[in-house]
Amino acid sequence: MNAPELPTAVPAAAERAARQRDVVAALQAVLPAHALLWHAEDTTPYECDGLTAYRERPLSVALPETEAQVAAVLKVCHALKVPVVARGAGTGLSGGALPHALGVTLSLAKFNKILGMDPASRTAVVQCGVRNLAISEAAAPHGLYYAPDPSSQIACTIGGNVAENSGGVHCLKYGLTLHNVLRVRGLTIEGEVVEFGSEALDVPGLDLLPIIVGSEGMLAVTTEVTVKLVPKPLLARCIMASFDDIRKAGDAVAAIIAAGIIPAGLELMDKPMTAAVEDFVHAGYDLKAEAILLCESDGTPEEVAEEIDRMLDVLAGAGAMRMEVSKDEAQRLKFWSGRKNAFPASGRISPDYMCMDSTIPRKKLADILLAIQDMERKYDLKCCNVFHAGDGNLHPLILFDANDPDQLHRCELFGADILETSVRMGGTVTGEHGVGVEKLGSMCVQFSPEEREQMFAVKRAFDPDGLLNPGKVIPTLQRCAEGGKMHVKKGLLPFPELERF
Amino acid sequence: MTDVALQALTDRVRDARAARTPLCIRGAGSKDFYGEAPQGTLLDTRGLSGISSYEPTELVVTVRAGTPLAELEAALAGQGQCLPFDPPRFASGDGQGGTVGGMVAAGLAGPSRATVGGVRDYVLGASVLNGQAELLSFGGTVMKNVAGYDVSRLIVGSMGVLGLICEVSLKVLPQAPATQTLRFEMGETAALAQLNAWGGQPLPLSASAWWDGMLVLRLAGAGAAVAAAAQRLGGETIEPALAAAFWTGLRDHGDEFFVGAAKAVDGGATLWRLGLPSTAPPLGLSGQQMVEWGGAQRWLCSPMPAAKVREAAAAVGGHATLFRGLDKSAGVFAPLSAPLARIHRELKRAFDPDGIFNPGRLYPGLGS
Repeated sequence: MNAPELPTAVPAAAERAARQRDVVAALQAVLPAHALLWHAEDTTPYECDGLTAYRERPLSVALPETEAQVAAVLKVCHALKVPVVARGAGTGLSGGALPHALGVTLSLAKFNKILGMDPASRTAVVQCGVRNLAISEAAAPHGLYYAPDPSSQIACTIGGNVAENSGGVHCLKYGLTLHNVLRVRGLTIEGEVVEFGSEALDVPGLDLLPIIVGSEGMLAVTTEVTVKLVPKPLLARCIMASFDDIRKAGDAVAAIIAAGIIPAGLELMDKPMTAAVEDFVHAGYDLKAEAILLCESDGTPEEVAEEIDRMLDVLAGAGAMRMEVSKDEAQRLKFWSGRKNAFPASGRISPDYMCMDSTIPRKKLADILLAIQDMERKYDLKCCNVFHAGDGNLHPLILFDANDPDQLHRCELFGADILETSVRMGGTVTGEHGVGVEKLGSMCVQFSPEEREQMFAVKRAFDPDGLLNPGKVIPTLQRCAEGGKMHVKKGLLPFPELERF
Repeated sequence: MTDVALQALTDRVRDARAARTPLCIRGAGSKDFYGEAPQGTLLDTRGLSGISSYEPTELVVTVRAGTPLAELEAALAGQGQCLPFDPPRFASGDGQGGTVGGMVAAGLAGPSRATVGGVRDYVLGASVLNGQAELLSFGGTVMKNVAGYDVSRLIVGSMGVLGLICEVSLKVLPQAPATQTLRFEMGETAALAQLNAWGGQPLPLSASAWWDGMLVLRLAGAGAAVAAAAQRLGGETIEPALAAAFWTGLRDHGDEFFVGAAKAVDGGATLWRLGLPSTAPPLGLSGQQMVEWGGAQRWLCSPMPAAKVREAAAAVGGHATLFRGLDKSAGVFAPLSAPLARIHRELKRAFDPDGIFNPGRLYPGLGS
């Protein structure tokens, strides 16, 4: 099968130079001079995304300004069989926008206009390079906002959010990118315009939107998106609760859901993370706590008052040592400031960190935290933990020094161990950051050879030659064999006749 | 221990592939009327039945495809939870009603679709048999999952053309603590404007229906929020038992509008389901109309030619599905653009290379 594969060997310099000449010449014919980069000093800034441990220089970087130019670039690449890696702001954390050594990086940075804002239909039509937060800012005068709020929302673009199916801290109540996008306009590898979804709530035929969203640029190139906007809640209040035991905090999360409450946000930080962020933002976190839960309610004032009372009851019942409810918006934002700054705070206490992104069933929250504590000893590296606890989505930040090859190696093993433990606990290797190149090995654990082959077949249905972002997301049989990772078998759950609840 | 029901279905798929005899996948048959005509040898999924796992605190239920939807919803209700998208329960020959597999394959949602999302928004994972009789699992049982392509959601609404759905994991939610239904006398234009205006405000909206000069609105959420909204919006409160019967009738097409439509269909009219942007103006097509989903779903029972209805829907950015009709020669689903048609053909081939699953059920030319 013509399964896409990452180049295993660095191409010979002469071969690369010849290929580059051909590709640049062909692209010069369809792009203005300022929209094409190929000198090393110009393409170096594109050699990695938010996952800086992996770098590669592309043959060239195309910066088209119109959809017609994007189509022309794709037609050239399709004709020459050149790989194409689409790129937004480059904030991705899994290497999804890592260039291909013999490919073209297609930067969509210039597609940064909001084309339409319609308060009546509560939708906005935006180009793919518009920043996530810019949409909410533009919608604010209408009392509306765009719900998914990944931590990188100041910088990350909606095109990248579509590629990764990005989440944020409010997913449990408001959903992921998929749930907040109506239509994606894009181009096939052949350079044909195609629309997935529509401004109605459904489309005739197969619903292709869910397969495009989260496909990491491997099926089509997104140029324009219609997003849903939702009314800004009248009020939001947040409870900060501290626990002297991780297991109690984990049980508190389950107890809130069991009480029939869907919090607007439900986040957990462990003790090392709390110490790191408190030192950075001075939010007044309880430094003695083994775990801190942030639990938010939003809605009408009546609704919030009712829900906060119920949450306080549940948290107290679960053994919270200390609880504080935000008195005003300033205090609420202060509670969140530490959580939102978990990454930069980790950057201050360690030369490098690697952020994992697996998801587990909520009930395993304490188990995985305790397992990670064991791994800290096993790999002799520190790890701080922040969780989207309501979704069971973990973000362990493994601290290391990339200048020490042995530390990098141990960090990679540590990360893979977290992912594989998550799969064994019934979870997944990535909740919202994507597979990219970082988690290819762990995909062998999560999916069988037949499942991976089916995903390759989906890829071929859109891109028969495997030119769009090749080598990402789905590992080949060969790669899995070399890695020696065992697939965790799934199949149907046995014995459905037994009562389990 | 062998999973007998699964093994039997796997063998059927393998044999069908070897003999190149297409299969017609069917649960209770409550949606036999929907889509293009069923073709092929009957493959009954009801043997693959039962709730495999349900943990209310995880908000996830995993259930086998042949399980009656009513059985699943009863189990959820026992824990104060629900499938928020109001899946319709159409009548079936066995009196049990449709199955969970049929719900996923048809992808139809009821009155609350516009406010809570559709079937695909609640599918977290699925195990399917592909055309090579391989059992494949995609997605999972967790809320957030971006490992690989989201195949489990691609099968929602696929009318069984990609594979045999064996088991699905669904996100469930707590039932709303309070609901209230309000009625307003209002023309179509005013109702559409009002619904879209309300949609932009932080109100606990749940469902809406406009028919024949009457707008009915359901609020659902925390008690305090519903009471405050009802006070603000005014209108006439419909007595709870009556309101519940109305929404169930609307969901299952048992209410007055749909009963009338069924008679008209027997007389040669067509029941169209128009999916439109919610702000699309009244289309002014002849026939009876029921507007749902805040304006985004409009049922039209009309004798008009298919081409006229499709043209009117497309002109405002929507599409028209021939939902019920004796004559389906115009095609049930609106035609696709050239690139989408090609992707459909290639995806069909990717999952079912020998064309054994539900040939022609989605589009006449697809996989027969």
